[in-house]
Amino acid sequence: MPSVKLARKSTDTDMTPFVDIAFLLLSFFIMATKFKPPEPVKVETPNSVSSEKLKTENSVLITIDNESKVYVSFGGKTDADKAKITGIITALNSSRNLGLTPQEIANFSSTPIIGVPFAGLKDLLSRPLQEREKIKQPGIPVLDTLNNELIWWIGEAKKAFGGTKLIYLVKGDNVSKYPAFEAVINSLRKNEEFKYFLITGQEGAPAGSELDVMRKSNR
Amino acid sequence: MASIEGGDGGGGHKKGPGVKKAKKLSTRVDMTPMVDLGFLLITFFIFTATLSTPSTLDLNMPKDTNKDEEQTKAKQSGALTIMLGKNNNVYYYEGELAPDGANFKQTTFKGIRDIIINKKKSVIASYTGNAACEDKARKAGKTDIKYECADEDFVVVIKPTEEATYKNTVDILDEMAINNVKRFAMVKIADSERELISATEGGPAPATTPAP
Repeated sequence: MPSVKLARKSTDTDMTPFVDIAFLLLSFFIMATKFKPPEPVKVETPNSVSSEKLKTENSVLITIDNESKVYVSFGGKTDADKAKITGIITALNSSRNLGLTPQEIANFSSTPIIGVPFAGLKDLLSRPLQEREKIKQPGIPVLDTLNNELIWWIGEAKKAFGGTKLIYLVKGDNVSKYPAFEAVINSLRKNEEFKYFLITGQEGAPAGSELDVMRKSNR
Repeated sequence: MASIEGGDGGGGHKKGPGVKKAKKLSTRVDMTPMVDLGFLLITFFIFTATLSTPSTLDLNMPKDTNKDEEQTKAKQSGALTIMLGKNNNVYYYEGELAPDGANFKQTTFKGIRDIIINKKKSVIASYTGNAACEDKARKAGKTDIKYECADEDFVVVIKPTEEATYKNTVDILDEMAINNVKRFAMVKIADSERELISATEGGPAPATTPAP
């Protein structure tokens, strides 16, 4: 008896194109990824409607963490910038009698963030790099107007960078309290600096608001 | 088709007639583990990719000055004072604070936008002309003179308390940008205002007290 035999088709599918695409994507992401530099202090910034991009060349970054502690760090990638940053600590060493050794001064430019009062700076800089990155710092004293050490930091940074215009970045945490921010602004104002950039996340202008209307009409 | 015979096929050592042909091994490799790994890496890189670049919000502060002629003048009629309290509370009053605190009101960050917009509208509506400003705008080549000058008297004074967070401060500065407030100032809070805020925050807030 003749019977119709159905050809048994294999359930295997050729996965080659699929794998090709997968690895294409993989190589794209490997190449396109820029890793976030490790953040010694975790800060969650608020959002703003500002669309200006962040610039980090020749910048002084003042960080306020969630406990309203203030930290300072100096941006600079080239050797000339590093020399200037070392100049900051050399000047502070002599003006504030910190008693730092040359090795401790050299350690300064590799320290990611400074958040200690001048009294604790020697101890911080004498530690090896790994400890300096991880150690919990007490924050620069700013709230006491008579002993606002941030004024010194900014003053020396201004001197060390000489003619170059410094950009002052303020990166505050959502829950940090206003007095810390006010103290930071005041110490910048004491140094005759009146333009700052607050680092924020991005959000769109609310629909129908004046800014929204202005942006749309410009387009 | 040319093929290389595997040397160690089944019964490879027997030679001569009747030799079993070496079993042809499949050249297919099971790619599943490789694909698994590939996708694992893709997921990893997608998640770690920094997609959101931070932006910056400009803030310009005026120079500290005691000289009268250098100080920024603000008309009482066009002033709106906003105070930031704890727990994201916002307080405001228009013009000057009444001695009994009658015009001292409470709102939220959601409500403050309408208050700013309304105040701006009322300042623009009551605009009668400002020769100095209009001259300046004309010289600067501005086309819409009235638009440039009508809100000249509108000033927002921001007074954050010690309890306000940095987020509150940025939010209110953002509100200035959103509503295109050209003149605003950040000022230290006065004691009388602080007392009013603590009285409001300490006692039951009128708006949230349920009716008996």
